Amino acid sequence: MTANGSPYASHTDAETETMLSAIGAESEAALFDIPEPVRFDESLDIEQRSERAVRSLVDGTLDGNDDLVEFLGRGHYDHYVPSMVDQLSARSEFLTSYTQYQPEIAQGFLQALFEYQSMLVELTGLSVANCSMYDAATALGEAATLAIRVRQADGDQILVPEQLHEGRRRTLENYLIGHDVGVETYPMTDGIVDVEALSEQIDKSTLSVYAETPTVRGTIEERLGLIGDLAADNDALFVVGSDPVALSLLERPSDVGADVVIGEAATLGLPSAYGMGTGLFACREDFLRQVPGRLVGASEDESGRRAYTLTLQTREQHIRRERATSNICTNQAWVALRTAMHIAWLGPDGLLDLAENCVTRARDLAGRVDEIDGLRAPVHDRHHFREFVAHTDRPAAALAADVESDGYAVHVVGEHEIQICTTETNERSIDGLLGALREAAE
Amino acid sequence: MTDSDDEPNTLGYDQARWSADETTYEPLLSEKNTERVTVESSLPDELTRDEVTLPDLSEPVLARHYTRLSEMNYGVESGPFPLGSCTMKYNPKFTEDVAAHPKASAHPDRSERSVQGILKIQHRLQEQLSTIGGMDAVTLQPPAGAAGEFTGILIAKAHHEANGDERTEVLIPDSAHGTNFASAAMAGYDVVNLPSDDDGRVDLEALESALSQETAALMLTNPNTLGLFERNITEIAGMVHDVGGLLYYDGANLNALLGRGRPGDMGFDIMHYNVHKTFATPHGGGGPGAGPVGVTNDLVEFLPDPHIRRKNGRYERHTPDHSIGKVHGYEGNWLVLLKAFAYISRLGNEGLTDAGAKAVLNANYLAELIDCDIPFGPFHHEFVASAGGQDAADVAKRMLDYGVHPPTTKWPEIVNEALMTEPTEIESKRTLDQLAAAFNAALSDETETLEAAPRRTAARRIDQVSAARNPRLSWQALDDN
Repeated sequence: MTANGSPYASHTDAETETMLSAIGAESEAALFDIPEPVRFDESLDIEQRSERAVRSLVDGTLDGNDDLVEFLGRGHYDHYVPSMVDQLSARSEFLTSYTQYQPEIAQGFLQALFEYQSMLVELTGLSVANCSMYDAATALGEAATLAIRVRQADGDQILVPEQLHEGRRRTLENYLIGHDVGVETYPMTDGIVDVEALSEQIDKSTLSVYAETPTVRGTIEERLGLIGDLAADNDALFVVGSDPVALSLLERPSDVGADVVIGEAATLGLPSAYGMGTGLFACREDFLRQVPGRLVGASEDESGRRAYTLTLQTREQHIRRERATSNICTNQAWVALRTAMHIAWLGPDGLLDLAENCVTRARDLAGRVDEIDGLRAPVHDRHHFREFVAHTDRPAAALAADVESDGYAVHVVGEHEIQICTTETNERSIDGLLGALREAAE
Repeated sequence: MTDSDDEPNTLGYDQARWSADETTYEPLLSEKNTERVTVESSLPDELTRDEVTLPDLSEPVLARHYTRLSEMNYGVESGPFPLGSCTMKYNPKFTEDVAAHPKASAHPDRSERSVQGILKIQHRLQEQLSTIGGMDAVTLQPPAGAAGEFTGILIAKAHHEANGDERTEVLIPDSAHGTNFASAAMAGYDVVNLPSDDDGRVDLEALESALSQETAALMLTNPNTLGLFERNITEIAGMVHDVGGLLYYDGANLNALLGRGRPGDMGFDIMHYNVHKTFATPHGGGGPGAGPVGVTNDLVEFLPDPHIRRKNGRYERHTPDHSIGKVHGYEGNWLVLLKAFAYISRLGNEGLTDAGAKAVLNANYLAELIDCDIPFGPFHHEFVASAGGQDAADVAKRMLDYGVHPPTTKWPEIVNEALMTEPTEIESKRTLDQLAAAFNAALSDETETLEAAPRRTAARRIDQVSAARNPRLSWQALDDN
């Protein structure tokens, strides 16, 4: 192969010469039709390294991260990912394949995505789930533009809770930039939706109402049905935010009047990945022709057997261009595959156990934190899922910094509020965390 | 099966086909075993659902299920994948190990001081991409190419608004990727289509008459989707800038230019990179990718929040003064970006430049060997051949039988029965010879044979019309029918 060339190009020098002469070109450079003024004749200032040297570079650089046990959540969670998911999703036929534009040769991935869609249909109770958006924040944005497209009457506001992850809210605002629609917040009371205040705020100009369960502060929403009724009374779409673990246990969105469910599907399937996720998107069948993103459908092949294919593609950008339901092309398909594998590995009992543990672990830990002088937990007298907010007499930032220097990460969510998230991946460090909190809270 | 004997099979291919019975290939998980479980919880009943119905299967059964599904799927490691505009490169194995580094797995809300390693890699990747594109600054936040386009157009919009200049139009050539049109529309712009000239490039007269004080940006792919370099790029940039517009570079075809041309040097103000194309991160059956965006100095203050910068020897998450805000809940597809960093660091200047050169060499060599008309040139990393009197979609189905993933078909529409072909640098001469044989065999097959194809893939030709007419999008929907 070419000396110092790409190690992943497969040409001997002799083959390169043969190929050039077959083309009738003098050199590789002669193949480029780039006019001189814009031709780049310099060297890119990037050093070539061996594979081993790159590994060392990354190892050495990542050593700059502190070893902290994370008690962090707020929309991005770390659950144990079974080895089966890592190993089977890494099979190159899955990992190195493309979007299934030739379905006959891509039945495997299509079936896995069809199964992913089906699992989300079961978990949400809604009859259509797409095969992924980028993450929960962009899914929330897509749900808002869906509301604009499907709602019969005009409107100019999307209602969201005042306690909402900043990344979700700010992404939503950008997705609405092409529309004369504003994002308005409605109040919450003691960690859940203030339904009375919402009922005064909602009106016929409301395109959609968004509510989460669990909320960003870890509380389980208690009045989803009332919120759904308010939305329906005003012809607004009811958009519910959740995740696959919570959905297995908490009220089924279809039972509380949800029109759309969005959320973080990669809560199962990916470990903590510095914010990388997968957008869950499900909706009622009425909106089928307005759904953003890819859909896998069942059909038949010439042998009469059931076969799968991407379908209803006339909604999508490569056909509909500026009138498409979304600009999304590349999505998070491989993560969706992993999510499906993870749900299948857990099975219904395993998934429900995991979900119930999210309730009891948060409850137990909040109780133990509450025993510490200078801390009070949970701040909200509610049921919690994975995480809860604690009040600290000391300024939260100072307390969290002290806890961090002892090797534990918690969120600072207010001047005197920290947030703590626990799952099976950090539970064996709980005693250590409590020790650090006890010391820091004094 | 009787079709094995009389078929030429250049690459000796038969895809695995697991078949349960006359109506089903590999059964669905739900068909293997499903359990309905009643929900029992310490929560009050009114806060929980009643039951959950999901597949209930052992790990060995699941392992076999997913292994069989993988066998009925075709990836870059299965064989040639010359899908035009998709840059289906080999995904180096070591990059998977790099991304699996335990210290790469961190929560995005970690404090700056506790994730200096991650911030440093993000910063280095920003700099590498800036160098490659000739841009002044890069954001890593957009999670895919289309998200990069949307980000770039939001930046253009913020720039104009900061100048008190409300513009309404984005200009896009008719041969552009569909995402360009959709991204511009999402940002609230009217899309103005630009026709190509007879040579397949931007028609300067049409551009001149389309440009106005309403022009927010011109979005261009260069080389364009025909593989042609826009020779008049300097003039185009001047024309766009003269009316106060910005020039946007769609990075889908950047592989052709590596080390030989930089969008920043050509007058582009904003660009996106498709790391799952140019920088060899796996396509994963449709994603995740990543779509970093580069900008010139004038636009740095509009970048998404946060932008990673170095200050006093430490790395920090900086909020640019006039940031457009967020285009992802956190900071994009970090694990994908880490793989791209590993790839770029492995290749360095020489490797990247060679990758571009070999990609162009391979496209030109393959074009030389196939028996069909290629109306536009000189092309670079990809070319668009015409299937002539044959239906390009049928030719593509037939190529599947030869163990080849076919080119992109019927697009761009400027070429009749288009076969948009991009072999990338990874293919050897020997593979390209076999690939050409597959092209030529398919092109010379009888129409009936093409229409009956494919026959060697797991599934035979799939009925698209009934899939759309009677949508069945879940196993629950199958039960209803």
